[in-house]
Amino acid sequence: MMEKQVILKTNRIAKYFYEPVKFKALNDISFEVFESEFVTMIGKSGCGKSTLLYILSTMDTAYEGELFIAGQKITGQKQDQLAAIRNQNIGFVFQFHYLLPEFSCLKNVMIPALKLGKYSYEEVEEQAYQKLELLGIKDQALKPAAKLSGGQQQRVAIARALINSPKIIMCDEPTGNLDSKNTEIVLETFQQLSKEFGQTIIAVTHDNDFASKSDRNIEMGDGKIINHDKKI
Amino acid sequence: MKLNVNSDIALTHLLTRKKQTLIAAMGVTVGIGIFIFMISLVVGFNRYSDEALFKAAPHLRIYKDDILSQPLIPQSNSGYTAVIVNPKITNLSNALINPEKIMADLIKQEDVVTVAPQVSVNLFYNNGTSQINGIASGVNILEANAMFNIQSTMLAGDVRNLVATPNGILIGVGIAKKLNIQLHDNINVTSSVGVVKVMKVEGIFKTSNSNIDLTKSYVNLAVSQQLLHQSSSYVTDILVNIKDPNEAPVFSKRLKTLTIYKVEDWQAANEQTMSSKKTRGVMFGAISLAILLVAAFGIYNIINMTIKEKLNDIAILKATGFSGKDVINIFIKETLIMGFIGTLIGLLLAAGLIKVVSGIYIGGDREYFPIGFELSIFIAGAIIGMLVTLGAGYIPALNAAKIDPIEIFRK
Ligand SMILES: Nc1ncnc2c1ncn2[C@@H]1O[C@H](COP(=O)(O)OP(=O)(O)OP(=O)(O)O)[C@@H](O)[C@H]1O
Ligand SMILES: [Mg+2]
Repeated sequence: MMEKQVILKTNRIAKYFYEPVKFKALNDISFEVFESEFVTMIGKSGCGKSTLLYILSTMDTAYEGELFIAGQKITGQKQDQLAAIRNQNIGFVFQFHYLLPEFSCLKNVMIPALKLGKYSYEEVEEQAYQKLELLGIKDQALKPAAKLSGGQQQRVAIARALINSPKIIMCDEPTGNLDSKNTEIVLETFQQLSKEFGQTIIAVTHDNDFASKSDRNIEMGDGKIINHDKKI
Repeated sequence: MKLNVNSDIALTHLLTRKKQTLIAAMGVTVGIGIFIFMISLVVGFNRYSDEALFKAAPHLRIYKDDILSQPLIPQSNSGYTAVIVNPKITNLSNALINPEKIMADLIKQEDVVTVAPQVSVNLFYNNGTSQINGIASGVNILEANAMFNIQSTMLAGDVRNLVATPNGILIGVGIAKKLNIQLHDNINVTSSVGVVKVMKVEGIFKTSNSNIDLTKSYVNLAVSQQLLHQSSSYVTDILVNIKDPNEAPVFSKRLKTLTIYKVEDWQAANEQTMSSKKTRGVMFGAISLAILLVAAFGIYNIINMTIKEKLNDIAILKATGFSGKDVINIFIKETLIMGFIGTLIGLLLAAGLIKVVSGIYIGGDREYFPIGFELSIFIAGAIIGMLVTLGAGYIPALNAAKIDPIEIFRK
C-alpha cells in the first residue's frame, strides 16, 4: 500500500476564551488528516468543533500550539499570507450558510476564483456553472443569493468552496439545512472529490448517518479529541 | 462585465444602494460647488480691486526718500549714545539724478512693460475766488495712459488732446464740480513755488476714489517742470509696470541693487488693501473649507454605514481569501466613485453659479459682478474634492480591513 501523505497536522493546540470568564475551549489537540481523506468531526454541541475548525481554516490565529497545512507551518504567518493560503488551498462552508446577498449565485461561486486570478473570466464562469450543476442548482445560477431557500444557499456555499479546487475543504454542518435527498447529493459529491480528485474533506456534523459514510470519524468532547477513529 | 474583482464588488455595492450613493455624491457636489464658487468670488473681487488700484498707482514707484540728518561723529562705540540735536530732513531736492539713465536701465530689465517719468507738483486750482489744493502729475500722457488706462475713466474729453495742447490739463470730476468748470474752460493753477499758469481743461475723469477726483490732475511733463521752476531733466518719480503685478515685491528687491533710490512696490504702498485682501481670502477659505468638511463627513458616514451593513460580506470575503488590502481597496474604490460623480456635478454646479452671478448688475464702472471662470480654481477644486473624499473613505476602509471574520461568524 502507498504511504499516506499528511495534508493537515496540529500539534498540541489549545484555545482560550477570555469573555465573559476565562475558559479553555480547546485542550491539547493533536491530530493528523491525510490527503484525499474524508473525515467527519462529531461530538456534543458546545464541545469545540466549530472553534477548532476556525483555527484549522487559518482564520483564527489566537491559539497555542502549531498548525501545519501541506507541510507548511501556518502558525505565526501574516494575515495577508494567510488570506492567500485560504484562497488557494482551503474551501470553507460555514455553519450558517453565508453568501453575498447582492450577487447572483453564479457570482458568489466565481468570486474566490476571480480573486485567485488563475483563469480568465470566461473559464471561471464555466467552472462555476459546473460546480453548481454538480450540486443540482444550476437553474438558480443567475438569481440573487438572497432570494434562495436555506438549503439552496447551503449548496451554493459548497459550490463556492469547491471552485478553486482547494486541497482541503472544511465544512461546518454542511447538511444542516438539507433534506435527505440533497444530503445524499452532498455526501456523494464529497466522496467523489476525495476519491477521484484527491481532495481532503473535514466536515463537522451532527448527522450520524452522514458521518458513518465518511472515511473516519474524529470524536470530540469538552475541548479534547476523545477518539481519533470512532466506529459508528 | 470583465472588471477586476475588487472593482466588480465595489460597483455592485454602489449599484444596489443607488440612493445612498447619490446622497453621498450630492454632499461632495455641494461642497465642491460652493468651494469653487466662493474662491472664484474672492479671486474675481481681488482682481477687480487690483484693477481699480492700478488706475491710480503703478506696480512700482522709484523716488528719493527723505533722509534724516546723521550725527557728525559716526557712532563707533555702542557704549556711547550718539546725540543729534534737532534732526532734520536733509534733502535739498526730491529730484532724481540722471533719470534718463535709470529709465534706460529699467526698460532693459526682463518683464518690465512700461517705464514712465513723473513730476508731482503741489498746487492750487483757482477759478475766480474759489480755490482747491491738490496734486498735479506731470507725465508723458501716452505712457501714463498705457499704465493707468486713464482714458477708461474719462467722463469728457480725450487724453490724446493733451499731446496737441501743451498747456492742457485733465482734472478730476470733483475739482470740475467744485470750481464749476466745463470741458475746454480755462483754469488757473498756482504751484507751491508760486508759479501761476492758465491751463485749458482737455478732459475730466472720474475714478472709483472721490478723494482722488477732488485733488488730482494730469499735465504734460514740461508744464510740471515749469511750475516748479525746474529744468527739463527734473523728475521726481519713475513709475514702472511689470508683467505680473504679484511679482512686484520680488522686483523691488531686485531693483534696489540697481539704484540708490527708494523702490516701493504697490503692495507696500497699499498695506490696507493688501490686509483686507488677506482677510477676505482667509474668511472665504475658512467658510468653504468648512463646507467641504461637512461634505467629507457625509461621505465618511455613508461609507461607515455601508461597512456596518456589510460586516457579513467582509467576513466572507476575508474567509475566502481576500486580504485586508483588498477590503481597503474595495471601499476606497466605492468612495472614489462617489467622490468622482460628486465632484463632476460639483464642477457643473460651480460653473452654473458663476454664470448666474456674473450676470448680476451692480452698477459702477465694472457694471457686472466681478467673477469669472478660472480654470486653475476648477482644477484645484476637483483635486481637493477627490482628496477630501479619499480621506473620508480611507478611515472607515481601514477599520473594515481590521474586521475579524470569526467574530462575525460566531454571532
Ligand atoms: N466567542 C466566544 N466567547 C466565549 N466562549 C465561546 C465563544 N465561542 C464559543 N465559545 C464557547 O466555546 C465552546 C465551544 O464552542 P463551539 O462553537 O466550538 O461548539 P460546537 O462544538 O461547534 O457546538 P455546536 O455543535 O453547537 O455548533 C462553547 O462552550 C462555547 O460556549
Ligand atoms: Mg458549531
